Amino acid sequence: MTLTHYLVLAAILFAIGATTVLLRRNAIIVFMGVELMLNSTNLLLVTFARMHGDLTGQVLAFFVMVVAAAEVVVGLGIIVSIFRTRRSASVDDVNLLKS
Amino acid sequence: MHTLMSLTTPAVVTAVEDVVAPVAWDGARHAAWLVVVPLVSAAVLLLLGRRADRWGHWLGVLASAASFVVALVLFLGLLGQPAEQRVHDVSFGTWVDAGALTLDAGLRVDPLSLTFVLLVTFVGTLIHVYSVAYMEHDVDRRRFFAYLNLFVAAMLLLVLADSYLLLFVGWEGVGLASYLLIGFWNHNTAYAVAAKKAFVANRVGDVGLIVAMGLMFAAFGGLDFATVHAGVAGADTGVLTLIGLALLLAACGKSAQFPLQSWLGDAMAGPTPVSALIHAATMVTAGVYLIVRSGEVYAAAPTAQLVVAVVGAITLLFGAIVGCAKDDIKKALAASTMSQIGYMVLAAGLGPIGYAFAIFHLVTHGFFKAGMFLGAGSVMHGMDDQVDMRRFGGLGRYMKITYVTFMAGWLAILGVFPFAGFWSKDKIIEAAFVPVDGEPWRAWVFGGIALLGAGITAFYMSRLFFLTFEGQKRWSAKRDGSAQHPHESPLLMTVPMVVLAVGSVGLGWFLSSAGFVEWLEPSVGHAEHHEPVLPVPVIVGATLAVVLVGLVLAWRMYAVSTVPVAPPRGTVLTRAARQDLYQDVVNDAALVDPGRYLTRSLVYGDKAVVDGAVTGLGKVTVGVGDAVRRVQTGYARSYAASTVVGLVVLTVVVLAVRG
Amino acid sequence: MTGAFAAVHAALPTVATAVPTALAETGRTSTAEAVLFWVLAPVMVLAALGLLFARKAVHAALAVVVVMISLAFLYVAQEAPFLGVVQVVVYTGAVMMLFLFVLMLVGVDRSDSLVETIRGQRWIGVLAGAGLGVVLAGVVGRATYPAAQGLVEANADSNPIGIARLVFGEHVLALEVVGCLLVVAALGALVLTHRRRLAPRIGQRELAERRVREGANLAPLPAPGVYARHNAMDVPALDPDGRPLEHSVPRVLRVRGQEADAREYAARIDRVLAGGWANGAGSFTSATGDGPPLGARALARDAAGKDDDRPEDAPGGADAPDEPSAASADAHTADGDELRDEEVRR
Repeated sequence: MTLTHYLVLAAILFAIGATTVLLRRNAIIVFMGVELMLNSTNLLLVTFARMHGDLTGQVLAFFVMVVAAAEVVVGLGIIVSIFRTRRSASVDDVNLLKS
Repeated sequence: MHTLMSLTTPAVVTAVEDVVAPVAWDGARHAAWLVVVPLVSAAVLLLLGRRADRWGHWLGVLASAASFVVALVLFLGLLGQPAEQRVHDVSFGTWVDAGALTLDAGLRVDPLSLTFVLLVTFVGTLIHVYSVAYMEHDVDRRRFFAYLNLFVAAMLLLVLADSYLLLFVGWEGVGLASYLLIGFWNHNTAYAVAAKKAFVANRVGDVGLIVAMGLMFAAFGGLDFATVHAGVAGADTGVLTLIGLALLLAACGKSAQFPLQSWLGDAMAGPTPVSALIHAATMVTAGVYLIVRSGEVYAAAPTAQLVVAVVGAITLLFGAIVGCAKDDIKKALAASTMSQIGYMVLAAGLGPIGYAFAIFHLVTHGFFKAGMFLGAGSVMHGMDDQVDMRRFGGLGRYMKITYVTFMAGWLAILGVFPFAGFWSKDKIIEAAFVPVDGEPWRAWVFGGIALLGAGITAFYMSRLFFLTFEGQKRWSAKRDGSAQHPHESPLLMTVPMVVLAVGSVGLGWFLSSAGFVEWLEPSVGHAEHHEPVLPVPVIVGATLAVVLVGLVLAWRMYAVSTVPVAPPRGTVLTRAARQDLYQDVVNDAALVDPGRYLTRSLVYGDKAVVDGAVTGLGKVTVGVGDAVRRVQTGYARSYAASTVVGLVVLTVVVLAVRG
Repeated sequence: MTGAFAAVHAALPTVATAVPTALAETGRTSTAEAVLFWVLAPVMVLAALGLLFARKAVHAALAVVVVMISLAFLYVAQEAPFLGVVQVVVYTGAVMMLFLFVLMLVGVDRSDSLVETIRGQRWIGVLAGAGLGVVLAGVVGRATYPAAQGLVEANADSNPIGIARLVFGEHVLALEVVGCLLVVAALGALVLTHRRRLAPRIGQRELAERRVREGANLAPLPAPGVYARHNAMDVPALDPDGRPLEHSVPRVLRVRGQEADAREYAARIDRVLAGGWANGAGSFTSATGDGPPLGARALARDAAGKDDDRPEDAPGGADAPDEPSAASADAHTADGDELRDEEVRR
């Protein structure tokens, strides 16, 4: 087994996360799909760090995690406030983009 | 002969160099009052409105008279200086400071401008006085005087300006005043149309002046006379010719010269004092002033100068022929004005040799033509505003003063010795016979035309005079049905006429003996005297002979024989002359109709092509938007899907390209 | 903290020492790591698919937790113990718990409809997702990489120290910026979830004032009467006149009609006072009273007209309290649910 396997695994996870975003309507699940995509890139970064013998990749993954945490806080806050006004967590109900 | 001609050419060039360079003179600053006083008066009269109705006309007279006094003081001051120091430029600070163009607002006080100033203020003041009585029953007399003062201010600015741009301001000012005064009775549609016609024809000329200014700026880098005249020496002849032609176009528009002369006849719609002041004595001569002022340019552009002379000759004959057929006394006088200005332009086209005589004739013409117009106004005043000469006749016994003053003007324009016209017009005819550029055909052609013109002038002016004052009474009833009772005009009208008549009689001799030509030399340059192709006495004799022929012919046709009240059908030439030689028809066919068609086709093109393109573009946009709108579902997932699809496609494309 | 990492290192000696050298030499991982990968990778893919297909959001969240914990293992295996720990702490511990919390808030027992509402979205989504997977996996799998170097050198002073050198050295500005970002995010969440109070707050003081205004009962309600026969909450208390106080019995019992009959107890009390056992067979006798208390007797008189046979049945009714009390406990929870539902609805 080589490090490439990790990369392929990350790619598969990323694709599944993207598909989740496209197919699921529950905003929370969509959000989890996004998190899955972020995690798969983190795996990629860690693998590349190992491949190049350079810890910068890990540092980058660390920053991704922190930013993802911030993003989750804001995103969930938005979902909660939308749910409060609309009694729904479906992304399709929020189509104000179409004016 | 040939050696003489070859000698004349350098003589002309030295003559140009004789023009005196401007020097400073503090007294010249007072020239500003000439413009300011009538302008302020006009503003006061217009702004105060009806409150000034009772005394407004006297304020107008006062402003004009004050300008005359200032002019007189300046004149005396100028006389007190040696001839070579009589050209003064006075600056009133920077006016235009735009990039490469820096221009001072300045006036030029020199013999030429001061001659004009004296003419304008003197004749103007007389006509102001005359108007007080002539416009007495008009409710808008105050407004009339405001416009007259505006005209005087603009005309003085025109002749006093020391740059073409400031001249242009005055040029437009007199155009505006002319428009306002022609259309003074604009409740009459025909008069309003006449005013518009004059305005449009003047605009065509103005374009010439603007083009000339643009060329001057490009060629000399300045617009003041000093810069332009200094720059002529090193300039390209082609550019100078263009400038000369553009200036000539401007002069044609303002001075009603061929081919822009058609407006002058219609301009008689204005009150008669206006015709006297603006359309006979002063404004229409602005073109002559412009050409004389630009003498250096024409001296260096012989082709343009020749065109000036040709235009003058054509207009001279044109006006004379039209004048023979007109039955409207004012329109006949207008045609005469056109013809006389044709003389002046012809003289101006002869070069420095003719400049002084052009101005000389301009001054005398200003007196006798204004006098005759005032006389015509007096006749109309006594004849219930009748203008058809076939309805006059035998008026000499009823309006003695008018008769005598008009006779003075008539003899003056005929050029009978010793009246004013003899001293000026005969000099022009003499000058026309002088071979200018060593080409004898010019002397013969221009001399012949000037001589012929003198004969025709004698005929139509005598016709006018005899139809009005001699022969049987052919009066029609008044407009209210009562019988005509022609009467002499009040003193306020006759006094100016008398003054002008005195000028018509004696001004020519006076100016000639007082050295008018030498007086002008600092401005227009000294011209060597050259021998004309015919001996001078022969020319004088021939002139007097043709004048006599014309006079006798008119006497026999219009004083002795019975004149029909209804105009006879006449020959082809007569009918054409009644129609201004079909000038309007030609204008309509050559300019107005094509312009109209062009406008229509442009409007159609605008609708079909431009609007079509614009609306077509709009429709396409709407259609595309309608199609694309369906993609914009507002669902975030759709957008995410398009992003992912785009990512996949992009990756595949990149992979495919990289192999 | 360092101790914890040291423990992790000690726990995974093969990861820390054996694998990198093998990796650097052969470009292949150790067998142990391969086993770990091949065990975890299918689990992760299956869990990720669980996220994609689970009908219940909670199941999806749990699937993601599985993926993330597995990822933490993979990080540790990939010589990134610090990130592995952070992955567990931040993602699994904080982020996913936040998700679950919001799920609870939003409604945990709802299962999502999987019927697609946007026309064509399902096909596009499936195709795009599959295409993305194939393209990415293809690119990643077919690309040529440099020889793997491993992190032995970089991790010489242990992995956290190596990372710390970079984070607080080269990337210190990014760290500060990210810190600002976190603060802003926290404030943003506060603002987003903040609810403006539209009505004045009702506290204890306001409630008390309202009671006085409405003339309601100011004191606590009387406790139910407990007469030592059993811990019956269903027996009403008696007022000084001997009358039973209805509202001393819990409301739920009253609503369900499960409270004990006060008259029966009054009669029993009378009997006790008269000198017999409450159930008629007892040995207890009153030493003092020779007649039933006035109140009890009056009560009995009142009730006599309605159902005369009730006193005879009473012992049986009172002796079997177990079943009703169990039912009442059950009912109480149900009632509590209702109340909570009401609160949610409000």
